[in-house]
Amino acid sequence: MEKLEIKKQAIAGSLESSDCQILIDKNPDGGIEIELKSNVEKQFGRRIREVVESTLKHFGIEDAKVVVQDKGALDWTIKARVVTAIHRAAEIKENIDWQVVDSWNA
Amino acid sequence: MERLRRTMMFVPASNASMLRDARLYKPDSIMFDLEDSVSLKEKDSARFLVYEAVRNIDYGNIELLVRINSLDKGGVEDIRAMVRAGVDAIRLPKTETAQDVLDVEEVIEKAEMECGREVGSTKIMAAIEGPLGVLNAYSIATSSKRLIGIALGSEDYVTAMKTRRYADRNSEEIFFARSMIVNAARAAGIAALDTVFSDIDNDDALRKETEFIKQLGFDGKSVIHPRQIPIVNSVFTPTEKEIENAKAVIYAIEEAEAKGSGVIALNGKMIDKPIVERAERILMLAEAAGLYSRKERD
Amino acid sequence: MAINKVGRKIPDEYANKYGVFQGEFARRDSYTRAAGKVVAVHPGESKLLGSIREAIEKVGLKDGMTISFHHHFREGDAVLNMVMEEIAKMGIKNLTIAPSSIANVHAPLIEHIKNGVVSNITCSGLRDNLGAAVSRGIMENPVIIRSHGGRVRAIESGELHIDVAFIGAPSSDEYGNVNGSSGKAPCGSLGYAMVDAKYADKVVIITDNLVPYPNVPISIPQTLVDYVVKVDSIGDPDGIAKGATRFTKNPKELLIAENAAKVIVNSPYFKDGFSFQTGSGGSTLAVTRFLKKYMEERGIKASFALGGITQQMCDMLEEGLIGTILDTQTFDKRSIESIRNNPKHYEIDAGFYANPGNKGAAVNNLDVVVLSALEVDLDFNVNVITGSDGVIRGASGGHCDTAAAAKLTIICTPIVRGRIPTIVDRVNTVVTPGESIDVVVTEIGIAVNPKRKDLIEAFKDIDVPQYTIEELKEEAYKIVGTPDPIEYTDRVVALIQYRDGSIIDVVYQVKE
Repeated sequence: MEKLEIKKQAIAGSLESSDCQILIDKNPDGGIEIELKSNVEKQFGRRIREVVESTLKHFGIEDAKVVVQDKGALDWTIKARVVTAIHRAAEIKENIDWQVVDSWNA
Repeated sequence: MERLRRTMMFVPASNASMLRDARLYKPDSIMFDLEDSVSLKEKDSARFLVYEAVRNIDYGNIELLVRINSLDKGGVEDIRAMVRAGVDAIRLPKTETAQDVLDVEEVIEKAEMECGREVGSTKIMAAIEGPLGVLNAYSIATSSKRLIGIALGSEDYVTAMKTRRYADRNSEEIFFARSMIVNAARAAGIAALDTVFSDIDNDDALRKETEFIKQLGFDGKSVIHPRQIPIVNSVFTPTEKEIENAKAVIYAIEEAEAKGSGVIALNGKMIDKPIVERAERILMLAEAAGLYSRKERD
Repeated sequence: MAINKVGRKIPDEYANKYGVFQGEFARRDSYTRAAGKVVAVHPGESKLLGSIREAIEKVGLKDGMTISFHHHFREGDAVLNMVMEEIAKMGIKNLTIAPSSIANVHAPLIEHIKNGVVSNITCSGLRDNLGAAVSRGIMENPVIIRSHGGRVRAIESGELHIDVAFIGAPSSDEYGNVNGSSGKAPCGSLGYAMVDAKYADKVVIITDNLVPYPNVPISIPQTLVDYVVKVDSIGDPDGIAKGATRFTKNPKELLIAENAAKVIVNSPYFKDGFSFQTGSGGSTLAVTRFLKKYMEERGIKASFALGGITQQMCDMLEEGLIGTILDTQTFDKRSIESIRNNPKHYEIDAGFYANPGNKGAAVNNLDVVVLSALEVDLDFNVNVITGSDGVIRGASGGHCDTAAAAKLTIICTPIVRGRIPTIVDRVNTVVTPGESIDVVVTEIGIAVNPKRKDLIEAFKDIDVPQYTIEELKEEAYKIVGTPDPIEYTDRVVALIQYRDGSIIDVVYQVKE
């Protein structure tokens, strides 16, 4: 599996109810930094960060700055938006490696 | 027995909220739309979103279809994703010729092999949305073993015909198209689906239109809002009399089979295969409407 | 710490003072009615004052007193803010305010609390802004949340003494005869205010519509009123009474409402002469839309409807589907017209409505009530006051009153709201105990309280999927995931007083 690389800043998703907006960018300081704004911060903040981080790691991304504006998105929605943002940031438009996208949907 | 397709609910692929909730309204089929309801910039995000939705949400017995973009506008990637996600069928927009279906079939087969899905398990539904497609309805309907049905998309059709939908008349402008499609579907032995009804608040007009297309022989209708579902369903719900007659046919058959007799008659009329199939269909519709239970037979 | 019957720990300080919840009807009140002080008014003396300030001075408002307001003006109210602003300007401090409920428009109270003007609050609920502030700990003393019936019980038994009642009136004459159904900003029933007028020591009427004496009909009589003040406006007429109440069009809410209607008509209570109460919006109101069809089909009429009244009830009254409406709060313009013109649409005070301590309130005669919930737990306990984040944002209202007394109590709720599960292991705050709840109705199906074996039997063949409450919770958690528990400090910010005066739960400050 080829590691994806963040080439530019990218946004995916929306601020509609049940959705989230993910902004992803390089992190020169290294590591994964997540800024989260959510109306379910207390109940699901930890879980949301978990989903974002593991999705990034799954694509081999160890360094990224992520801003999440959440409007009650479920895990699968967050994952889809992060995956989209990653592909946009890595400028991959075709020949998606669906096996990687899929391999952790148990 | 072919499954029920009374209602096919259109769900725009980029709407997370609708993707979540669509199943609550119990349409017979859900069609995730990656095509016209998604803007060009968002084709990729819609694809990933529907992918994750289909992989993670339990849609129960609802048939899942995806309307893809045309092959040269992202449809290949759509198919790769949706075949892998496990949708029941790919809905092909603006089908003009049998070759359009074959082109899509090729991509689907490749995708099935790529992801290890049983080859042939992904079905196709062809939407006919233009005059050429209407004329080619039969060859489209017989183009592939995967084809489970053909549907009419009237908006693009009437534009190409240089007319428009007339809300206050009897839809004569699409009568020919409807006739061709249901006729071709029946000749080919596949399903026929009617076009959407866009006036969401006009229950009476929806009911009237649905009664008409049922009369023509259509299996069902596309719907764009949950409130349309009970209305369309009620049109397809058999009457008490129809249910009683259907039950009588089935009991006669079962009784005859138990006795081992070859020819079956009911009330002096011979019961042959089409009559039995119609009776089975009516009981299937009755069961879906909660008016009949298979348990009654036991 | 004492543990009450719903398993909640109540700090000794409050357990000793109020007692802890032991069951819906564990207590049988027996009291002598409290009374407000009376100072005679002689002929020729005028009650009319020039300003709110003058009224505050004349009633002798001092530090530490208890004042009250009604909430019939809802989000259109200007009275509470006007009075509090004047009180603050006059330098009066440490008041207890006892409005029957609080709306978002009363957010200026936050400043008054910070400045020491208000040091205690008792009411039915705190909306978003004030609720969040209280949950963050801006008050020294915990807020006491009382239900509508419980508030009247507290007042009537003497537990809650009101020094001054400031009563906003859509229509009053100079001597203080008040009604709520005429004027430029009518509100309909004055059910909550009628109680305060009877029991407060001093009663000040604030009106923007002074009419010639005598003003009839009379909801609050002149014999209870000390002063009358005319102001330019008591509030925003459109905020006070909706132009029209419409049934929701939200497909999910309609699905829930349809399921609830099926529950009602399959219950043993759906027969000619039954009585019911619904909510005022969303699925709890939309139930009426479906229920009405069944009533028409089967020729079943309701003897009375109770509430919380919207135009849908009034239509049914006119159509002969409802015999009488007993109205303690009127929500929209059409309903206000109805209460004004239709003798079968009758104003009742909040005590008649729901006081558990009197000789029998209207809720005692109620067959069916349809209520909502923020959360429901595996014991069927209901939370209507704190969100899933533990922050106060709702109101107790008449929830526990109607739920306790009605023969069939139905909760209408989606299984999740956004990413918030409504069916949970354990509610953040218990307002209504599970023993009062009979059926939980959601968009995917219903759960019947296992204690109601008669209903389980009655619903054997109902055309709605049935689940256990555990299964509903599993469905909810399957969709949203399992929420992390909320962390609180050990500082009590609110007491939830059950209608009988005992403490059913406490709310702690949320940890930041």
